[in-house]
Amino acid sequence: MKKIFFLISLLASTMAAANSGIHLDTAPVKLSDNASLQRGAKTFVNYCLPCHSAQAMRYNRLLEIGLTEQQIKDNLIFTGVKVGDTMTNSMNKDEAQQWFGAAPPDLSVISRSRGADWLYTYLRGFYRDETRPTGWNNIAFDKVGMPHVLYELQGEQELHVEKHGEHETQKLVLTKPGKLTAVEYDGMVGDLVNYLVFMGEPMKAMRMKLGIVVLLFLGIFFVVAYMLKKEFWKDIH
Amino acid sequence: MSQNEVDRSKRRFLIAATTAVGGVAAAGVAVPFLASWLPSQRAKAAGAPVEVDISKIEPGMILNVGWRGKPVWVVNRTKEMMDLLVKHDDKLSDPKCEVPQQPEYCKSAARSRKEHENILVAVGICTHLGCSPSEKLKAGAEGGMGDDWAGGFFCPCHGSRFDLSGRVFKGSPAPINLEIPPYKYLSDSRILVGDDSKGA
Amino acid sequence: MNSLTNLLGWVDARFPLTKLWKEHLSEYYAPKNFNFWYFFGSLALLVLVIQIVSGIFLTMHYKPDAKLAFYSVEYIMRDVPWGWLIRYIHSTGASMFFVVVYLHMFRGLMYGSYRKPRELIWIFGMCIYLALMAEAFMGYLLPWGQMSYWGAQVIVNLFSAVPFVGPDLSLWIRGDYVISDATLNRFFAFHVAAIPLVLVGLVVAHIIALHEVGSNNPDGVEIKKNKDPVTHIPLDGIPFHPYYTVKDIVGVVVFLMVFSAIVFFSPDLGGYFIEDNNFFPADPLKTPPHIAPVWYFTPFYAVLRAVPPMFGSQFPGVIAMGVAVMIICFLPWLDRSPVKSIRYRGTIYKTALALFVISFFGLGWLGMLPVTPLFTLLSQILTTVYLGFFLLMPWYTKIDKCKPEPERVTG
Repeated sequence: MKKIFFLISLLASTMAAANSGIHLDTAPVKLSDNASLQRGAKTFVNYCLPCHSAQAMRYNRLLEIGLTEQQIKDNLIFTGVKVGDTMTNSMNKDEAQQWFGAAPPDLSVISRSRGADWLYTYLRGFYRDETRPTGWNNIAFDKVGMPHVLYELQGEQELHVEKHGEHETQKLVLTKPGKLTAVEYDGMVGDLVNYLVFMGEPMKAMRMKLGIVVLLFLGIFFVVAYMLKKEFWKDIH
Repeated sequence: MSQNEVDRSKRRFLIAATTAVGGVAAAGVAVPFLASWLPSQRAKAAGAPVEVDISKIEPGMILNVGWRGKPVWVVNRTKEMMDLLVKHDDKLSDPKCEVPQQPEYCKSAARSRKEHENILVAVGICTHLGCSPSEKLKAGAEGGMGDDWAGGFFCPCHGSRFDLSGRVFKGSPAPINLEIPPYKYLSDSRILVGDDSKGA
Repeated sequence: MNSLTNLLGWVDARFPLTKLWKEHLSEYYAPKNFNFWYFFGSLALLVLVIQIVSGIFLTMHYKPDAKLAFYSVEYIMRDVPWGWLIRYIHSTGASMFFVVVYLHMFRGLMYGSYRKPRELIWIFGMCIYLALMAEAFMGYLLPWGQMSYWGAQVIVNLFSAVPFVGPDLSLWIRGDYVISDATLNRFFAFHVAAIPLVLVGLVVAHIIALHEVGSNNPDGVEIKKNKDPVTHIPLDGIPFHPYYTVKDIVGVVVFLMVFSAIVFFSPDLGGYFIEDNNFFPADPLKTPPHIAPVWYFTPFYAVLRAVPPMFGSQFPGVIAMGVAVMIICFLPWLDRSPVKSIRYRGTIYKTALALFVISFFGLGWLGMLPVTPLFTLLSQILTTVYLGFFLLMPWYTKIDKCKPEPERVTG
């Protein structure tokens, strides 16, 4: 018995080691919050879209988070494209590759590959690191190619490593405040991540709703089918 | 065997009920599959209304624009061209535009909006078999269309002839007039092809 | 009514419609004691139909081109009306196919459905399973995500472990030096045309063979041994239609509830049905830190990794994996027990089967995890258990203390 317990605990610890990495903060994702999604969309087109594309996302999808076509045209489209077009930009991929070491990835489904919590931690995890060409590093993405685009808002952080015997704890400390307070900045990034999650699967709300209808219908189907089966199987003894 | 009789009607009912629910299920499954053949968002975006600047079209000239993958002609007709339009009703199949090949507001000899009656907007697809007719805008024999040619369009595929309002001449293989798409004036010099909704 | 009868007569004179109906449904006598486990045959057929129909509709929008494939899937998900539903049905169907098939195979293990005279049914079934693995593997490349790409890269590279011809063989399969557009196109052709044809043919053969000898049942006794002296109908048999058709409808509805719950509420099922990493477009220059096949392949993937390279070659591992799959085909000849069903088997077989299930799940779990010395050791132990179940079967089924089989089916 003891041996089994030992084996299990050993397994558990190896599992934890296998999944090790940094601690991820929980992103405040709330897809039903249109105001948050709209704020996130605005942050996205202002700060992300100049370098990153979202070539699977059409601007008129934003109608689903409560914006009108006119609002989309006036506030969110800077490239003069139509509302039915996808979110692309004119950045040259090869040049970008030279500037940042890697072309900025398309963000259409980034929330599905990275996960909301990772994005939330990443966007709040930039810190000053003079050894990097851009002067920035990231706690969630070591040696990241992207500079801290939002530093004017967040300010500058530094990474402090504290040693407690064997254990090391990493801590980000704000050394130069930005235009926003920490709470405001977290709120803004939260909205942005919320929007990225929406953009990763815009039809999610629709499929959830439809799913309930389908399951209720199948419930009725089950009752009828079961009664039919019962009725026929009366013959079998 | 009275017991058996009761069973039978109950069975018939249950079979009918299951078939009905199953039928609804089959129809419900069929809908998304059939609907997936409708134009996608990409196709709709590509087929979105097109803005055209008409200030650059000289009188007597034509501008070809694409809308929903089809050629759309925008013709700036001269005074002489306009005058000829009302003079050959007897040669046309449908001079009064009875066949609904145009929005209500274009049901006239000019087949255009009242704001600029001389501007023709028409889908350049022959109503016979879908070729795109070529422009023979000038009246007279010059274009090889015969002396009494009033100016218009000629389809090279099967010889259909249309006047400068896109109305088909009698004796053409094409049965009806060319289509006039919905359009509206955004300003004096700009039209929007594909959208005639009022308001913003 | 009369004209309908006339029409049927007209058809029957030219095509054995009524005969087929009778032979396979209304006068196909199935044992009356089928239990829960007997739903999965018809459910497998249902999933096959679901996959074929949804697959056909996906090919109408999908682009088998390395430059376009990834975003054509997102195009289906967003721009095609209802495309997301069709795609999720197909991705869920792929995994559910394996769920159903594994349960169907396990049923065979429990009740000895592979035993004489059903050896060929079992062989056809195994062929279906192999075709299904090929179908799933090639289909998984099509979304052209990182997992699609690197999963295919790893599996195709297994072929280069074959002595002498290996490197040329894998080069031939890929049609390029890495997985590329050429590979994508040929996998697409196999996935949408070649293998489905083979699958359908094999399913027909599977059912014809089954209806020739008749179905087994949870008691493992032959119902054809006890026939009514006058009608020659098996005493324990009931016509498939209407009794099992109405019963299977219930099973189908319950299955569809599970299926819909996944499609609508959790189509990626926490990364098991659609892996997170597959939302990164394929990048031939960047290997993901951890490559794991989809869950239904992981038991065999674990066997592959359990065997260390010998003489500088991965080939022994590849052989072990191949053996782990193919050995299932030989069950009819490995099993020497006097009884078929687990109900009348002794403790030894029950223990062996339990160990086998544990090894299968354990290997499946290990196949998803990164390699560590401990996991490799565990994989080796479980691989031994897995293979032991088959290799020792002729011996332990013979010495096992079985209960006598009943004459007629029970309950």
